[in-house]
Amino acid sequence: MAKRIEVSGLNVYYGDFKAVEDVSMTIEPRSVTAFIGPSGCGKSTYLRTLNRMHEVIPGARVEGKVLLDQQDLYATGVDPVAVRRVVGMVFQRPNPFPTMSIFDNVASGLKLNGVKDRKKLTEVVEASLKGANLWNEVKDRLDKPGAGLSGGQQQRLCIARAIAVEPEVILMDEPCSALDPISTLAIEDLIEKLKDKFTVVIVTHNMQQAARVSDQTAFFNLAATGKPGRLIEMAATKQIFSNPTEKATEDYITGRFG
Amino acid sequence: MTAIVENKPAYDGKELDLSGKSGARAFKNVLATVLIVAAFVIALIPLIWILWTVVSKGYHLLLSADWWSQSQRGVTVRREGGGAYHAIMGTLIMALITAVIAVPIAVLGAVYLVEYGKGTKAARAVSFMVDILTGVPSIVAALFIYAVWITIFGFNRVGFAVSLALVLLMLPVVLRSTEEMLKLVPDELREASYALGVPKWKTILKVVVPTAFGGIVTGVMLGLARVMGETAPLLILVGYSKNINLNPFDGFMGALPTMINQDRTELALQPAADRVWSAALTLILLVLALNLLARLVARFSTIKSK
Amino acid sequence: MSSPDGTEPPDRPAEPAASGGEPRIEDVVDTTGPAAVHFETLTDENDDGRPAAPEPEESKKKLDLGPVGHLGDRLFSGLAHGSGGLVVVIVAFVGIFLLALAIPSLADNNTSFLFSRVWEPGGSDPKFGIAALFYTTIISSIIAMLIAVPIAIGVALFVTYYAPRRIATPVAHAVDLLAAVPSIVYGLWGLLFFAPILLPVINGLSAALGWIPLFEKPIGDNVGVIFTISVVLAIMILPVVTAISREIFAQTPIAHREGALALGSTKWEMIRMAVLPYGRSGVTSAAMLGLGRALGETVAVMIILTVPNGNDPWNSSIFAGGETFASKIANNAAEFDTPEKTGAFIAAGLVLFVVTFLVNSAARLIVARSAPGAKRPRRNRRATEGASV
Ligand SMILES: Nc1ncnc2c1ncn2[C@@H]1O[C@H](COP(=O)(O)OP(=O)(O)OP(=O)(O)O)[C@@H](O)[C@H]1O
Ligand SMILES: [Mg+2]
Repeated sequence: MAKRIEVSGLNVYYGDFKAVEDVSMTIEPRSVTAFIGPSGCGKSTYLRTLNRMHEVIPGARVEGKVLLDQQDLYATGVDPVAVRRVVGMVFQRPNPFPTMSIFDNVASGLKLNGVKDRKKLTEVVEASLKGANLWNEVKDRLDKPGAGLSGGQQQRLCIARAIAVEPEVILMDEPCSALDPISTLAIEDLIEKLKDKFTVVIVTHNMQQAARVSDQTAFFNLAATGKPGRLIEMAATKQIFSNPTEKATEDYITGRFG
Repeated sequence: MTAIVENKPAYDGKELDLSGKSGARAFKNVLATVLIVAAFVIALIPLIWILWTVVSKGYHLLLSADWWSQSQRGVTVRREGGGAYHAIMGTLIMALITAVIAVPIAVLGAVYLVEYGKGTKAARAVSFMVDILTGVPSIVAALFIYAVWITIFGFNRVGFAVSLALVLLMLPVVLRSTEEMLKLVPDELREASYALGVPKWKTILKVVVPTAFGGIVTGVMLGLARVMGETAPLLILVGYSKNINLNPFDGFMGALPTMINQDRTELALQPAADRVWSAALTLILLVLALNLLARLVARFSTIKSK
Repeated sequence: MSSPDGTEPPDRPAEPAASGGEPRIEDVVDTTGPAAVHFETLTDENDDGRPAAPEPEESKKKLDLGPVGHLGDRLFSGLAHGSGGLVVVIVAFVGIFLLALAIPSLADNNTSFLFSRVWEPGGSDPKFGIAALFYTTIISSIIAMLIAVPIAIGVALFVTYYAPRRIATPVAHAVDLLAAVPSIVYGLWGLLFFAPILLPVINGLSAALGWIPLFEKPIGDNVGVIFTISVVLAIMILPVVTAISREIFAQTPIAHREGALALGSTKWEMIRMAVLPYGRSGVTSAAMLGLGRALGETVAVMIILTVPNGNDPWNSSIFAGGETFASKIANNAAEFDTPEKTGAFIAAGLVLFVVTFLVNSAARLIVARSAPGAKRPRRNRRATEGASV
């Protein structure tokens, strides 16, 4: 598992509005890549193009190339549904299915793929919950609704749900911004562990978090409101935080921005 | 701009299947789409068919001035002529009386639920009763009024009795929609008014109700539209009269639904059939006009329900 | 606007991350709770909603700046409370009066009211039972629901998740339009135009399933049968059920829908995982509401359904004629000449009242039970009522 993502010349539009302009980057497998940048610079927009989730928004469209180990996600004949099975996503707000139990939430992706064998399901659910550092907390109440968990637990449940289908890549859009510091730490530990198996991409507004969990950091910015967001600089996290090339990056991470 | 990483490790070489043509799942997806579109088409057929029937068979009488100004006095089923004035007036008069009785009770009842009784046992009881009233079939409402008005008080069958039955049907509709509208009024508005030292009743009358006014009017229109098409109370509580009778307390009264009912057994005769479909079209137009009016008011009201 | 897989859901707010698809109204409504209680204490109302007792008014006098406000408050609050009380009184009266007038007739009844199929009220030997009415009413309404609910769900899904906006809005209005057509028009259209085309369907069904008594077709080509009114009733309740389902489906939070899509589900799987579970209780109560309407429908049934000849043996087939509670009462409105006869019909009306009441209560119970969060019942109830107008 885990595949490399290579993006070149990507533009994203909402109708006539160009939200993201000319992004090219390489996201390495088995590593954590963080996207940082001021609000509205198009991080979420860009992230969603990596598994074609932007297509659920009417009017959103993309120009450019996204390669997943040389396979073009936007080639004709590629089904966005199939792409999302390979590139999973975790959202800002935990969104477990409210009508399903914890077990069913984790198993939902597998069931979609036609796995009916109870034993197999049980195995994968347990492995995924362990993989999401949630097993010990929920193993006695797998049949309880997922919505009954705490926010942090719900988010880890969503991560378990995402990894249960064994994707190649996991995208996370501010996965900790709705959580308390303790839960945030739990998720960060988890991200650390996830990169052993997956390509992880995380959007965060928290500089410390980016510095703690990521191997590479990409800084996005926009020239002015109404202008499209651009990729300013991407490098190893250590370098971005100690010795960035661009002045804008330095201003942003040292808090001198805006 | 491109960034970093010179020592690209080899790709893992495993080709992923992204074509998404995975048999059963894709098939189910297509099947569901087909069924859903089919459901839509099926639902559309009767709509178009009914409207087409009524419009094509009923429109030409509506074009004559007589239709809007004459009654059916002295017109027999075999003869053409006459109009629906008596029935239109009857329908409007009964609807108006219904509104005059039902609207104040409904609005005040909603004010009670939202502004005074909120969270109390009494309010829950009232709310429950409104739910019951919502489900009362029109024939039961008519029977109840029959029991009170005719069996117990011994009065005659008159238009006013119909209005009373219609009140039972209109009251819950208006009350509920008003309640929803009052709930949408933000508390900051009430707070602002209280902070100015305005007493509660004035706050409700001058701030809360006006803010929700558009929505309340919409509810009233929709409630009226619903009761105007009711036939059962007319059949039981007032006789059909071909003459113009504008007095709801005396004598039989014409109304559009009973005008349709009157001639519906004689549809083999062209004049009767024409009258039936024209009366139906007139009734639909009246109800539609109220619905459109309601929508217009809703569009321009301050608070939207969406 | 259509994306390759056509999975774009409607109503996506501009801010993708912000609070998903949760309607803002909920938030507004929620805040009224505690805040309103707070205000209650500022005014001279007790918390339990009764008008304030006179004593606190005395003690507070020095704080009051305008005694006029007091009078107005008492008057207005009295009116509001009175209206609330009036609703309770009305409903109680409906029950009590119907019961009071039904009881003497029921006492004189010479056969089992619940289990007899005879209907010969009045006279020296009154006999009336509701078994046949009950059967016809229930079976026609249930068939109507079985036809209408799946189609309504389909139309609601089409409008919310399949049709492009440009088509969806006019379609929604068009379906609403069906609700504006008075039932007597449905009746006429059903009898004259729709019933004849049902004849082949009736013949086909009875040919295939005729060995079951329910589908056995009597001789002749009568189309004024239970099956026909079931289909017409289905058409009549379709707009109501569609409108409510549509509202609820559209409220499915974006977070749930995206959660499903991000797992790689197809559009239909997304609907099954996120939209249908979310809307289940709401759709159930919509179906119940439709059932309530069908049970009480009078004129359309009266026009279409042929009343069996008194000498014919009773026929349980849905391809035979019959009478429902409502059509029986309406057909015989001219016969309310003696209190005994009237009482019999009122007793039938009372049973209809009770049945619709039970159905509506069931709808409410289902909504309250199956709601996973505290917010759900209110939202569903609001939608239900909104569309019931
Ligand atoms: N659904 C949408 N329709 C139209 N424009 C949108 C939509 N979603 C986002 N945008 C616009 O695209 C731009 C980028 O938004 P995006 O949400 O990607 O920013 P972001 O970097 O994720 O911000 P934040 O840090 O606040 O989440 C913004 O100008 C935003 O207004
Ligand atoms: Mg974002």
